[in-house]
Amino acid sequence: MVEQMTKTLISAKELTCIRQERILFDELSFDISEGEIVQIEGPNGAGKTSLLRILAGLSRPYAGDVHYKNQEINHFRDEYNEDLLYIGHLAGVKSELTAEENLNFNLSISGYNDFNTQDILAKVNLTGFEEALAGHLSAGQHRRTALARLWHTSCKIWLLDEPFTAIDKKGVIELEHLFLEHAERGGCIILTTHQDMGIIGDDILRKISLEYRFV
Amino acid sequence: MWKWLHSYADPERAYNLSGKLLPWFAMLAIALIGIGSVWGLAFAPTDYQQGDSYRIIFIHVPAASMSMAAYMGMATSAFIGLVWQIKSADWAAAAIAPIGAVITFIALLTGATWGKPMWGTWWVWDARLTAELVLLFLYLGVIALYASFEDKVLAARAAGILAIVGVINIPIIKYSVEWWSSLHQPSTIRITGQSTMPTEMLYPLLINILGFGLMIGAITLIRFRSEVLARNSMRPWVRTLAKAQGVK
Amino acid sequence: MKKGISFRQAFYTLLKRDLQIAIRHKGDIFNPLLFFILIVTLFPLAIGPEPQILSRIAPGIIWVAALLASMLSLERLFKADYVDGSLEQMLLSPQPLPLMVLAKVLAHWLLTGVPLILVAPLLAVLLHLDSNSYGALMATLALGTPVLSLLGAIGVALTVGLHKGGVLLSLLILPLYIPVLIFATTAIDAAGFNLPYDGHLAIIAAMLVGSLTLAPFAIGASLRVSTN
Repeated sequence: MVEQMTKTLISAKELTCIRQERILFDELSFDISEGEIVQIEGPNGAGKTSLLRILAGLSRPYAGDVHYKNQEINHFRDEYNEDLLYIGHLAGVKSELTAEENLNFNLSISGYNDFNTQDILAKVNLTGFEEALAGHLSAGQHRRTALARLWHTSCKIWLLDEPFTAIDKKGVIELEHLFLEHAERGGCIILTTHQDMGIIGDDILRKISLEYRFV
Repeated sequence: MWKWLHSYADPERAYNLSGKLLPWFAMLAIALIGIGSVWGLAFAPTDYQQGDSYRIIFIHVPAASMSMAAYMGMATSAFIGLVWQIKSADWAAAAIAPIGAVITFIALLTGATWGKPMWGTWWVWDARLTAELVLLFLYLGVIALYASFEDKVLAARAAGILAIVGVINIPIIKYSVEWWSSLHQPSTIRITGQSTMPTEMLYPLLINILGFGLMIGAITLIRFRSEVLARNSMRPWVRTLAKAQGVK
Repeated sequence: MKKGISFRQAFYTLLKRDLQIAIRHKGDIFNPLLFFILIVTLFPLAIGPEPQILSRIAPGIIWVAALLASMLSLERLFKADYVDGSLEQMLLSPQPLPLMVLAKVLAHWLLTGVPLILVAPLLAVLLHLDSNSYGALMATLALGTPVLSLLGAIGVALTVGLHKGGVLLSLLILPLYIPVLIFATTAIDAAGFNLPYDGHLAIIAAMLVGSLTLAPFAIGASLRVSTN
């Protein structure tokens, strides 16, 4: 295994998550290294989103912790956030702002100041919609507005909750190319999806399975 | 020091420790309140001005002084929970809140019943009464917030933050209310000065104050234990415990 | 890809965004203001039109109405961001959370607090407020309403994830508003008697400084709980 040689980026240590008195997962541990594309799979309600949110530091696990560069993420949150790009199933796109304003805000607040929103929006096929209010865009375009940030980021860790929702086939393939590029650059991607991917096959994809537990 | 604290962060150990402490708190509280109340109500001398109606202070003063102490205890516990991320501390804070509210309510009620014969009215906007009323609102806020969250782990954290915000505000509220009442009612009403109290009255009062504190501690422990069990109902140690007690 | 954005820029970016959104949603600015005016108008109708009584209770009415209006308008402070996921992105951004929270509260105060201060003299006329008191009224509102926004934001941050926020919010934050209410109204009363009131103002200013430094941290911590 080549991957064993590479550097571990993020490691989960004995994570336990309890929601509404139900154990979603118990003492879950794994390491994710540079260059890995990881899919968290499992039926609805198995805790995929909860796991992603715990990895992002948004939710606190019932027990256990997440380490990045061998440090607990809550202890150096600002540094971790520098390297983290999380796009949840809520897109974080304001419908009162235009696509361009949204992207501009999202990138500025992440700390970038050297971008051209027109170029980035062109990459997600939103040319001509820059001035349209996000509330007037279609579901797919809305999603693309959120995903546009992926084309301009230096973050190593991408946490994507259902990134392909409402995205057409061509768009999915473009995203997959981007994921592969990112993995080659030494980043890692952790995502949940119910869709089959076109180019990223099972040989590249690593899977973490969660089961629905009744207890 | 924090090592010591963290060893009790584990819910199971916290549960066992509180189980060991409970009988001591309970027995001492019953004994002290028993002695203090009998002494205060039956044997302490009658006040030459207020007659026997002053005897309500043996309930009123302990309740009033403990209402603030309970809030302090709740906020301290919440602070520990927030800073060192100890869930047991959050649960302890959540366990104290309703007790504190009841104690505050008792203080207000006994204050009003005492006020009727003394001042001729159930309620006056006296600084201490007003501050006590605001304290009751603060407690109710914490309880309401805790009740509103479905996820009780989050509920305890949210209520804890509110308790801490409240504790920073309590001195400000107290000061502003005192200042406000001194403006509006120049020295019409004075609650009897405690410092001039004869020792035969003072001792039962002090015993009762201590007894009330221990009683709050005991009830908190009971509530804390059930809180720990409820939050950990799916953990193995709770299951073994339940089995040992014959619960299926 | 450079990461070079100062705290000042981040603060300004967020402030600008919130103002921009509010301007496209004008109802959010005017509704609390109308509420404020309406509450004040109800009092003469309920109590009677005698100028002496009205001028005696005017400071209290205006301030209680300001308290309620501020609380009501605050409810929406984090709601929209919570619903569309922008709040999560704010929490995950490398900028310090208290700073961003402060920007949001400032934007909110500019949009709801400032109009309230501007319309207050008009309402004071309706209530026959003593002419000496106008300065004190404006000064206490200018110093006091930001405190209301900051304290209220804590309560809003705690309840943003809940479905039934409204009544709960009032229970959480109105007790915290009491000191501001007391000092503001007594300052206006004092001004009415031509007494000095800078002491009161100094205390309100102290509360402002205190809440400016502490509240953003409490709001940040509350938001982390609410988005959990």
